[in-house]
Amino acid sequence: MSDEQVYEPKVVAFLCKWCSSAGSDLAGVSRIQYPANATPIQVMCTGGVSPMYVLSALRKGADGVLVSGCHPGDCHYIEGNYLARRKLHLVKELLEFVGIEPNRFRMSWVSAAEGGKFAQVVRDFVEDLRPLGPQDKVKADRS
Amino acid sequence: MTNKRTGVFVCHCGTNIAATVDVKKVAETMALEGTVAYSADYVYMCSDPGQNAVIQAIKDNQLDSVIVSCCSPNLHEGTFRNNAIRAGINEFTCEIANIREQCSWVHKDRAAATEKAIKIVRSAARRVVRNQSLDSIAIPVTRRALVIGGGIAGIQAALDMANAGLDVVLVEKLATIGGHMLQLSETFPTLDCAQCVLSPKMVEVSRHPKVKLMTYSEVQEVSGSMGNFKVKILKKPTYIDTEACKICDDCSVVCPVVVPNEYDLGLTSRRAIYIPFAQAIPASYVLDENACLGLHPIRCGKCKDVCEVGAINYDMLPQVVTEEFGAIIVATGFDLYPQEKILEYGAGNVPDVLDGLQFERLCSASGATQGHVLRPSDKKEPKEVVFIQCVGSRDPAQHCAYCSKICCMYTAKHAQLYKHHVPDGRAYIFYIDIRSGGKGYEEFVQRTMENDGAVYLRGRVSKLHRTKDGKVRVMGTDTLTGQNVEIDADMVVLALAMQPSKGTEEIAKILKIGRDKDGFLAEAHPKLRPVESVTGGIFLAGAAQGPKDIPETVAQASAAAAKAIILLSQPMLSRSPTIARVRNSHCTGCEMCVDACPYVAIRLENGKAVVNEVLCEGCGACSATCVRAAIEVKNLSLAQVNDMIEAVMTV
Repeated sequence: MSDEQVYEPKVVAFLCKWCSSAGSDLAGVSRIQYPANATPIQVMCTGGVSPMYVLSALRKGADGVLVSGCHPGDCHYIEGNYLARRKLHLVKELLEFVGIEPNRFRMSWVSAAEGGKFAQVVRDFVEDLRPLGPQDKVKADRS
Repeated sequence: MTNKRTGVFVCHCGTNIAATVDVKKVAETMALEGTVAYSADYVYMCSDPGQNAVIQAIKDNQLDSVIVSCCSPNLHEGTFRNNAIRAGINEFTCEIANIREQCSWVHKDRAAATEKAIKIVRSAARRVVRNQSLDSIAIPVTRRALVIGGGIAGIQAALDMANAGLDVVLVEKLATIGGHMLQLSETFPTLDCAQCVLSPKMVEVSRHPKVKLMTYSEVQEVSGSMGNFKVKILKKPTYIDTEACKICDDCSVVCPVVVPNEYDLGLTSRRAIYIPFAQAIPASYVLDENACLGLHPIRCGKCKDVCEVGAINYDMLPQVVTEEFGAIIVATGFDLYPQEKILEYGAGNVPDVLDGLQFERLCSASGATQGHVLRPSDKKEPKEVVFIQCVGSRDPAQHCAYCSKICCMYTAKHAQLYKHHVPDGRAYIFYIDIRSGGKGYEEFVQRTMENDGAVYLRGRVSKLHRTKDGKVRVMGTDTLTGQNVEIDADMVVLALAMQPSKGTEEIAKILKIGRDKDGFLAEAHPKLRPVESVTGGIFLAGAAQGPKDIPETVAQASAAAAKAIILLSQPMLSRSPTIARVRNSHCTGCEMCVDACPYVAIRLENGKAVVNEVLCEGCGACSATCVRAAIEVKNLSLAQVNDMIEAVMTV
């Protein structure tokens, strides 16, 4: 057995109740396996995800933040995911501005019928985060 | 904050959770949380003893809030919130931590899954610290129902609801109700005539005092929510006064424009001014504005000149009406998979290769050939007919992955009908499997083979083309004998896959209800809530939800109607109180939230934002926009999300 620990990125996943959280439930019902790196936090709508949530997660030591909602046009709350898309795009730019790899933040559209896609989104994101290594640019010193 | 007394209950779910998550460790770790006064695990929390244990623990330990970490909140949130009430605490101080669907079922590594489960439960426990006791908001119900789609599903649902005393509006896109069922000749397995069983229902629904028919109309916009929807319906102009029209046919006789008749799937033609078919409801002519030379007396005007009662009005305009409903049933039906996409079978360009519905029109007494089976190219009686099943179905590589369910049966029916019309003809059927589950279905297929002598060949047809002598050469394989088969057929009938009707995607978007991977409308739960959409108050019926035959469609329509009746018989509906709340001390009246709210539920009063409790849906778009954190959703406040993130990041 190797002593070397594989780096496991820590991901906070904000999932909207109606599509992505339900899609994540479907992945469970279908027993589709994916890495345990992402811990879900259910929100009502991605439109309710404040950019502060993303920054707060990074500040608290997250290596990546995923926001996943209904497909464009399918939002349960009419247009919440459009609001999210516009707003969170700016978060990416802000991250770049403050010197954090913008790829640490990702948005995806996963419907309630897409259990397989949800698992793939998590798998891909975790794999894409590995080469970036631990995020410590804005992580608060907690020692 | 430390005087909070939360109880954490970790469920094993048999081994569903316990096999991958160390539930004891989860419970022990949670006991270390400052606000957790009680923490326990149990094999089945949702069992009666499990629930009683929760209630008892709340009472014995004076708990003020509860976390049950178990399956998805969609399943048992109601159960445990109810237990909270029984134990004497507010239901909204009970939250579910989903450690089954989102944890134990998707991970194999026990250590990692346990760690993730702890994070999930801890975040719920930290969140509930700031949960407020809330009361559900009671709202009045509009006792009217909307049915979208006037096929057999829509008609049945409308009739059931109207007979229960509800006012119903039935909206149909086409000029008449009836849907695809009206195009069928006979129906399996009884061979009763489709029109004969459907037309009485059509008449009943059109005469019903509680039903308002809106044909040639489309739903444009839907707002509001369960119990109180506001729907904009576009009434397209037919250019005919339905009341005045005497159906004398004078207008269509003089009309110079000839176009293919959709009702006969292009096997016959119609004029630009036409009646869809004899039993059309409403019984009236329609002027097809796309085909008409110009809706103008100078351009043509022949029909207007000849109409004795003056029923034709070229100046008729589209009308938009707004109606209010408490419930909506979506029954937008199916279309056949387009023949153009089946390149190996000629993409619709080989003469005498028909789809199933065209063959129905050939057999139908009201059809193109008055019920004589004559092939379209030369109007001769076909002596050899090949039926091909699973065209577009069960073909994940190129077409639809799913089974269209009804084709085995209707192909058997087609073969029988053909043999009844042409007793000396030969019917060949290419199939993959025969799926004949249903009352009397298997016997029906056996009858087709034994009594009617249809030749069943197990295998697929690789391609077909037209021969010089005007036949269709069908090349396939009989996989039971291992022989290649070549048949020079006079006619070929394709059992094309069923797909959701053309307007289904748009209506799903308008209603904000989901669709599955194949585009059919998605039910709230595949087993236990098969006629409900994920959106409260919107129900599903018929083939728009998935391929199904007539008996199933009728059963589902009645089920959807029953669900709508249940909803609309409640005196008041209770709505979730987890809606937006303004912190007046922080609000500067900048109106950012007012612009962000998709429901126009926020207005400014005396320089502060005010939330309309009836309109707010609790999505949180306002709170994500507010720069001063002055507006937030109750029980999912910014501080709570912050605590949840903190909990998730704590190792």
